[in-house]
Amino acid sequence: MTSIDGALLDFKRLDQLAQGNTSIHRLDPRAKVLATVVFIVSVISYGKYELTALLPFFLFPVFMVAFGNLPLGYVVKKILLLCPFVLMVGIFNPFIDRVVLVQLGPFGVTGGMISFASIIIRAALTVGISIVLVSVTGFPNICRALERMGMPRVFAVQLLFLHRYIFVLTEEGGRVSRARQLRSFGGKGLGIKTHGSLLGHFLLRTWLRAERIHMAMLARGFAGKFHSRHEYRFGGSEILFLFGWSTLFITFRLYNGSQLLGSFLTGIFP
Amino acid sequence: MHMADALLSPAVGGAMWAASAGTIAYCSAKVRRELDDRKVPLMGVLGAFLFAAQMINFAIPATGSSGHLGGGLLLAILLGPYAAFLTIASVLVVQAMLFADGGLLALGCNIFNIGFIPAFVVYPLIYKKLIGNNHSQTRLMIITMISAIAGLQLGPLCVVLETLFSGISSLSFSTFVLLMLPIHLAIGVIEGLVTVAVISFVSKARPDILQCALEARPIGGRPVRSLVLTFLLTALLAGGIVSWFASKNPDGLEWAIAKVTGKEELKGPEQGLHRVLAVLQEKTAFMPDYSFKKPVEPKKIEMKPENEQKKDNGKKLGTTVSGLLGTCMVLALAYLSGSILNNRKRTL
Repeated sequence: MTSIDGALLDFKRLDQLAQGNTSIHRLDPRAKVLATVVFIVSVISYGKYELTALLPFFLFPVFMVAFGNLPLGYVVKKILLLCPFVLMVGIFNPFIDRVVLVQLGPFGVTGGMISFASIIIRAALTVGISIVLVSVTGFPNICRALERMGMPRVFAVQLLFLHRYIFVLTEEGGRVSRARQLRSFGGKGLGIKTHGSLLGHFLLRTWLRAERIHMAMLARGFAGKFHSRHEYRFGGSEILFLFGWSTLFITFRLYNGSQLLGSFLTGIFP
Repeated sequence: MHMADALLSPAVGGAMWAASAGTIAYCSAKVRRELDDRKVPLMGVLGAFLFAAQMINFAIPATGSSGHLGGGLLLAILLGPYAAFLTIASVLVVQAMLFADGGLLALGCNIFNIGFIPAFVVYPLIYKKLIGNNHSQTRLMIITMISAIAGLQLGPLCVVLETLFSGISSLSFSTFVLLMLPIHLAIGVIEGLVTVAVISFVSKARPDILQCALEARPIGGRPVRSLVLTFLLTALLAGGIVSWFASKNPDGLEWAIAKVTGKEELKGPEQGLHRVLAVLQEKTAFMPDYSFKKPVEPKKIEMKPENEQKKDNGKKLGTTVSGLLGTCMVLALAYLSGSILNNRKRTL
């Protein structure tokens, strides 16, 4: 029960962050979405044993967090919470792949350890950037950006609808769940039988609500499109943002930034 | 079961993205053209319902744990495949963006595993096929149960295949399947029980809803065939192009690194005591199932000392093969569902 309310609060927080008014927030969502796509593809396209070359990519999320005025702790906490599946699959790499690749004194670093670390870093980068993208852009704006880039209108409307009603129905779901818990004694009534009819009632109520919503929308002249108050324009700063970052990602991808920096430093201090 | 970006290669991710985007486009056109526009708010609100319902748990007796509804099959039964697919896809998009549950590149895979499979494989091939014209209560329950389990076995199987073709995880096919499928058998049974409970409630309270969904007109013959063809071409093209790029770059990079740092020197210890220890460890490993390890180990040892050109060719071939295999998997499933839908229409 607390988890439902907690999740909802968390969810609202993300939405509130998107209300900010920094230079990053003001950019056309399309620029941010496209830069994120280039970022993710660059990160994912590395080989299995790549580690050092991935690290410079943290620059982008850190930049967005700093200039988008996001709370760093919140973003880091969300990243930490969200990789169970990755951990479950990746944790076997060190046990299966035991070829020693690098020898650090008495400790042999195996291929499995490197690939596991690589998986963790990839997960942190990709999960982190998607959280950052949503918190500097807002989900509805991302949907509109995708629609303007060719996503079918029906699907865009579906996403916007879903986003609006998640808040309403999750609150209702939380109330339903709380009511059931308050009425159950010693764990009775929490089983699948009550659960089925509980969800069934909830479903039918939702169904009727959808019919009411539809009539209300028709009465207000809905013709298959949501309108937005704010129209974005793809201007100079968007072009600069998108091309600047894309060039940087591709440069990182082609030349190992960490390695170059390392060899540069060892060149200075031989 | 949500696939993550970190385990994917661009070839597999790109191919699945193209395939899922194509299906979304097709379903959107279908919903706009054929279904009444009452379905639009219904889809949106039911997607939100799915969210809320997933948060309401129930106690599983004698285990101390709890389960909840997944909902793919439930939506397919209530809304029909097209609207259900769009609804599940939208829920997955929201989960990926707002809860970071499953990555953005992995979205294509997730939409396929969790949306396409129940809506276009399980629902038409298992649920609708088996249920026929006899809509008795027990029959409905048993078939719903079977469909739920089938969906939750096929979905994880696709997760396994996508991960394997990506080649980021070192798990072998058999181990991964053994890890995933039994867990999802249990999850499938739970999903089946909840879906049965909700469906039986709805069939008593509002039988018209189920009846409407079952009697929905099957889709026409020609568009499906062209859909499958377009699907095939897009997915093949995307898989091929992306894997070509993907295979080209890392090798160049490795070559550059090898030139800059002379990394080969670092691989020395492999030959000495560590090699022996590694072999020893291998022999005393906790898993008695030796068959999957043996072929993996020698290959890797051989791979390392090989010179870069050979590696280049092998790797390129590997990624292209993985891209194409991923594509073929998508296509086979899509074609299968398409052709069977087609046949259904002819027999009706």
